[in-house]
Amino acid sequence: MSRIEKKFRELKAKGEKALILYLTAGDPDLETTEKLILTLDRAGVDILEIGVPFSDPTADGPVIQEAAQRSLRKGTTLTAILKMIARVRKVTSIPIVLFTYYNPIFVYGNERFAGQAKKAGVDGVLVVDLPPEEADELRTFTDPQGIDFITLTAPTTDDRRLEKIVRTSSGFIYYISVTGVTGTKEPEAEAAARDLRRIRKATDLPVAVGFGISTAAQVRKFAALADGVVIGSAFVKWISLHCQEQDFLKQAAAYARELKEATVL
Amino acid sequence: MKINMPDNKGHFGIFGGRYVAETLMPALIELEEAYRRAARDRSFQKEFRSYLKDYAGRETPLYFAANLTEKFGGARIYLKREDLNHTGAHKINNTLGQALLARRMGKKRVIAETGAGQHGVATATVAALFGMECEVFMGAEDIRRQEPNVFRMKMLGADVTPVTSGTATLKDAMNEAMRQWVARVRDTFYVIGTTAGPHPYPQMVRDFQSVIGREARRQILKKEGRLPDFLVACVGGGSNAMGLFYPFRNDPETAMVGVEAGGKGIATGLHAASISAGQVGVLHGNKTYLLQDKHGQVKDAHSISAGLDYPGVGPEHSFFHAQGRAQYVSVTDDEALAAFMLLTTSEGIMPAMESAHAIAYAAKLAPTLSRDKIIVICLSGRGDKDMGIVAEKMEVKLP
Ligand SMILES: Cc1ncc(COP(=O)(O)O)c(C=O)c1O
Repeated sequence: MSRIEKKFRELKAKGEKALILYLTAGDPDLETTEKLILTLDRAGVDILEIGVPFSDPTADGPVIQEAAQRSLRKGTTLTAILKMIARVRKVTSIPIVLFTYYNPIFVYGNERFAGQAKKAGVDGVLVVDLPPEEADELRTFTDPQGIDFITLTAPTTDDRRLEKIVRTSSGFIYYISVTGVTGTKEPEAEAAARDLRRIRKATDLPVAVGFGISTAAQVRKFAALADGVVIGSAFVKWISLHCQEQDFLKQAAAYARELKEATVL
Repeated sequence: MKINMPDNKGHFGIFGGRYVAETLMPALIELEEAYRRAARDRSFQKEFRSYLKDYAGRETPLYFAANLTEKFGGARIYLKREDLNHTGAHKINNTLGQALLARRMGKKRVIAETGAGQHGVATATVAALFGMECEVFMGAEDIRRQEPNVFRMKMLGADVTPVTSGTATLKDAMNEAMRQWVARVRDTFYVIGTTAGPHPYPQMVRDFQSVIGREARRQILKKEGRLPDFLVACVGGGSNAMGLFYPFRNDPETAMVGVEAGGKGIATGLHAASISAGQVGVLHGNKTYLLQDKHGQVKDAHSISAGLDYPGVGPEHSFFHAQGRAQYVSVTDDEALAAFMLLTTSEGIMPAMESAHAIAYAAKLAPTLSRDKIIVICLSGRGDKDMGIVAEKMEVKLP
């Protein structure tokens, strides 16, 4: 059983939902990212999505675009991110999902990536611009390594397509709760609830909701509907506002704990 | 071997495809199906042809450039006069096709990216024609460089949205157009301006632009009684080149040369020569040659010509390159500028700076060939929009 699967099972047994935080690796720098991962793990975050910065993030709104730019200016690379994950993996068992665009992986080499990601302790990959139609070229290498391949579904995904998507997913299904890029709109609970019912009908895999969720109140609302809630842009923005402060890690732990409480129903 | 691409998932060999977020996939599938139906529908084709003829002004002449031929002292030079189209470039062929398709699909709003502003103007033009709402995304840097075209778009009723993210040029305008499309995918049709983007765009844009090559093939057979030895066209994303090349793809006697923007020279790293000097990667929904660093981060392109200032290239060109069906070369900013002057003074035709790249390569090729050889050059657009750049380079102050 993968670490991701195991985590969802444990949470279910406890009557909790997964708090999943996204952060862009290398923003403000990789050293901070490393410390942040360990802090968030201790604060009770259930799963981490580690974003690989890309020069042309077409699915992201301004907040994550700017984080990627800052990270790239620091010289962050996929190689360095994998090394960092390998280091934290020695001391934490929190499930880690690499959230990335395809080109950095493709250029790194799909086979080499699968091997190195596994070795570093990556549990899943979510490649934003690799829909099921194109995914085989990467999954040929990541599936045999036991790396979960997390797929996206959107409000625009119809039932027939949904069927096809969930059949090939592993780990969990990531439901994009808004028709838009990250962090720009607030999801509508009613529409999301309708879509989540459709997804549930199609699969037994856990379903996480993300894109546009930012407050503890929203977390509470969506935790009632799904198996996990993802906070991305709001957290990335929070990091950019507070990372220079003395007690930054302490504040981050408090931030995470507040959100985590909202997932305990 | 006959080349009939792409396959049913939009792949040209290893290139092309549909590398986009899930939110867009249903829209691309819908578009693909609508396009497939339209391509088979006689009434759509008839409507398209009638707008090309009566609105865009086709067919465009295939002009024998006697003075230029004399100057080069070798092969006979023919110019396919896409500069004579309404709005001054080949871009209108494609925007008419896509706008007609948008209308069929019931979309009342179109968006587009633009670099030089030519595609933006061509999109704003058809939006005015068909009574559609139009928003054009343009890099803030390009807005500064191509002021007159920005004003033209506004006169035509389009909103021009400056893009300040990334490097504020064409690639960022395309990123932003894709983001906007994601956000309003249900009511918006994205008019991509070149043979790039996710499937079905490279195929669809090629098909709409193929009128260039179909006409040229017929015209040269009539004038010379045989097919040309060379086709030469500039390559930004590759739509004018593919439009010219495609109908000749199964004519082995005709060689094809795509001319990329060499900027300040390949060795300087400041260029836009994706095939000549890039590596395979994935950007804007397709796999193709890209300018990128060794970590897969896309690099900025550099060219005197805003229309060629793009770090990628249409996937079918990458495929033609891999197959050896076409050859890809580059010329520098300075060579293009000299060619601009040469065509202007020898033939009284002021080419777009993009098209000047094709002329510049022909200037090297023609003298190496005997007088019985034929070169057809795609003169993709006229040069009025480039007066600012030319004046700047010549250190002349415009009033
Ligand atoms: C006159 C002209 N030629 C060529 C191009 C390059 O585009 P493509 O390679 O798609 O023909 C442009 C783009 O703006 C243009 O305006």
